[in-house]
Amino acid sequence: MSGGGFWYMGGYARYVWPCIGFAGVVLVWNLWSARRSLAAAKIRASRALAMAASEAR
Amino acid sequence: MWTWFYKLASPPYVYRVAAALMPWFLGLAAVTIGYGLIGGLVFAPPDYQQGDAFRIIYVHVPSAILSVTVYTIMAVASAIALIWRIKVGHAVAAASAPIGASLTLLALVTGSMWGKPMWGTYWAWDPRLTSELILLFLYVGVMSLRSAFEDPARGDRAAALLAVVGVVNVPIVHFSVVWWNSLHQGSTLVTLEGPKMQSSMLWPLLSMLLGFTLFYGAVLCIRVQGEVLQRERQSAWVREAIKS
Repeated sequence: MSGGGFWYMGGYARYVWPCIGFAGVVLVWNLWSARRSLAAAKIRASRALAMAASEAR
Repeated sequence: MWTWFYKLASPPYVYRVAAALMPWFLGLAAVTIGYGLIGGLVFAPPDYQQGDAFRIIYVHVPSAILSVTVYTIMAVASAIALIWRIKVGHAVAAASAPIGASLTLLALVTGSMWGKPMWGTYWAWDPRLTSELILLFLYVGVMSLRSAFEDPARGDRAAALLAVVGVVNVPIVHFSVVWWNSLHQGSTLVTLEGPKMQSSMLWPLLSMLLGFTLFYGAVLCIRVQGEVLQRERQSAWVREAIKS
């Protein structure tokens, strides 16, 4: 497939490329939001541990 | 084997295993998705009927298969959590829900984009499309129900119950093209005669399917760690875990 033909996708470019792009967005969002929720859970857990330690004193 | 199964009920063990597996899953997912995309978009020939529009298959089919697979995993994890009162089951179900919902949305959007040039419409109230839309509503329902309760344990139980009841929709999604007249084509990959695709089209598709599965595994590992920490934050082992 030539370079121009690759982007043209036989006339279906406006259907194919948005699908590939949206798939990329979904995959990146999944990774980003999962990492964000893990980081938030670590912060909440360390706060809970700190509170428990101060109550024990 | 049973010892390993029992270990899966231990939150610290699951946390450690998820952290160790995640980079492997993510690395392999990047390789297989990269191979699948290059093979599918560059090297596979155009379809004799659909031309280059068929290339949407490389993101539509993996996301559609994963949408029902992830729901099934979520329902099984919920059932395990309800029956044996295993907290890790709730953690796996809670971690799977947003991943499954996003993949279901991806399957619906890419299917709609594929439908326009092939069927002449973005949407039809077709059995496959409608049951897939119901699947998305079930995912949203499970996530909403979990967060609707002040007591997280009650939220977990209510969401698990809905996940288990909603699994009835999974065979409906799968067999809708067989049971009813449907615009949607039948299965291409899983047939009695074997896959109906030419190998230069098939291998990139299988690679994308494997890549999406590994990607789900990687994101699940990250989310499960967060869910386990959330549920175990008063436990002593958490102190060591969050240091690393």
